[in-house]
Amino acid sequence: MNGHHTGVEEHDATNAYQSLSQTTGHDDPRWAFGTGVEDVQAEITSPVPDGVDAEDLAAYCQMLGDDALIYSHRLCEWVSNAPELEEDVALANIALDLLGQARVLLARAGHAEGAGRDEEVLAYARTEAQFRNVGLAELGDELDFAHAIARLLVFSSWRLALLDRLLGSADPVIAAVAGKGVKELTYHRDYAARWTLRLGDGTDESHHRMQAALDTVWPYVEELFRSTDEEHRLVAAGVAADPAQTRAEFDAVLGEVLAKATLTRPDRQPIGTIAGRGGRQGLHTEKLGHVLAEMQSLARQHPGARW
Amino acid sequence: MVTAGEAADAREVVGADEVVVGAGEAADARGVVALVVDPEMPMLTLDDLGVVRGVLVDGDTVTVTITPTYSGCPAIDVMRDDLRATLTQAGYQHVDVRTVFSPPWSTDWISENGRRKLAEAGIAPPGRARPRVTGPIPLTLTPPPAVVRCPHCGSTGTEEFSRFGPTACTALRRCRSCREPFEHMKEI
Repeated sequence: MNGHHTGVEEHDATNAYQSLSQTTGHDDPRWAFGTGVEDVQAEITSPVPDGVDAEDLAAYCQMLGDDALIYSHRLCEWVSNAPELEEDVALANIALDLLGQARVLLARAGHAEGAGRDEEVLAYARTEAQFRNVGLAELGDELDFAHAIARLLVFSSWRLALLDRLLGSADPVIAAVAGKGVKELTYHRDYAARWTLRLGDGTDESHHRMQAALDTVWPYVEELFRSTDEEHRLVAAGVAADPAQTRAEFDAVLGEVLAKATLTRPDRQPIGTIAGRGGRQGLHTEKLGHVLAEMQSLARQHPGARW
Repeated sequence: MVTAGEAADAREVVGADEVVVGAGEAADARGVVALVVDPEMPMLTLDDLGVVRGVLVDGDTVTVTITPTYSGCPAIDVMRDDLRATLTQAGYQHVDVRTVFSPPWSTDWISENGRRKLAEAGIAPPGRARPRVTGPIPLTLTPPPAVVRCPHCGSTGTEEFSRFGPTACTALRRCRSCREPFEHMKEI
């Protein structure tokens, strides 16, 4: 205890953060839910590129950031629940990479928006309809490992193809996230693909369960390749990549993996839109509410807590 | 921004510091930064790891630019705090630590000294990162036949059993000769 944090007035036995805040070993207190990257990261505060609509850029960074944030949170449900310790560690590592991507993208979204919202506010203070992630990201795996692998194979194959096309984005933050993200997603996709092979081309039981998991996930594939109005405008400005353009690469990767895994490409009706609206427009399945209830509960109960 | 009062506090709380310089006496900033160690792999300095991208001194202000190894590397906040505390202790009144993501960190930036120290600590150092091929990024459905020497017995008969290890930058391998498991810093 160094007595440094004089902001804590009285002892309150019910406030767990109070004791934490008195044992901080460094010269700045931390917000309990993050550390606030914006003020120290050089690229995030760079100006919005010429000819780019700031509102579109903020929306696009939210889409890419929300996909990563919500997916990351769902993956964390596997911690201490995976079939083997190695898979526990692997899924947690993947979640951590995605969380890192999300933090930078949401900080950039907040900066472009210019309304004083930082990454924490965007993560912890928005409601369902304000999230722009695709449906695939919010699906729970219900502790079905084959489901986790099917979902990760689809998500990482798609996101890798997308980030690869964003390496040359006119927005320096998106380009920087893509630069690191491509290396990370390459590992994520290989991990999912190798497990798809082991399970698909394994025993009758594992084959059956892997196929069933793919079938369950497949209705959420179509949405990944639907472009939004913001994306169309940002593609023209050299900032975004058109998701529709990643379909051929995605199909080729899935085709290669599924063939080697002796699995069949599912033939399932895609989930529909309502008046053309889907996850990107804030229309979600009820599952997102469950994710947010858990993810945001602490931040909402202790707003602004520091430790 | 660090005030004089906070500087005194920082000196007090940095216990296991290797740099012993009295406050007010501005030591060579590059030299001070060079001694700050990685919080997860303390056998390496941040310099060995290749994450220090620049040190700029302007009067009593020093600006250090660092880059994270992986997007979500949790060590980056600790690195920032350690750099700030160490430089403050070394006499710099204003310490600004900036994080950049581009160009992305590569294991190729780990120094020869760092590679040797990793091996001595039982972590197999990374090989050279594979250059990017043109066209779509290819799938790697079986671990590539990398020659990774066991840091315990020196055998090259080792195999990867998990791409993901206890820190973001390591994979897990085992040695077929001495049967020991070990960490390998994976190439990116």
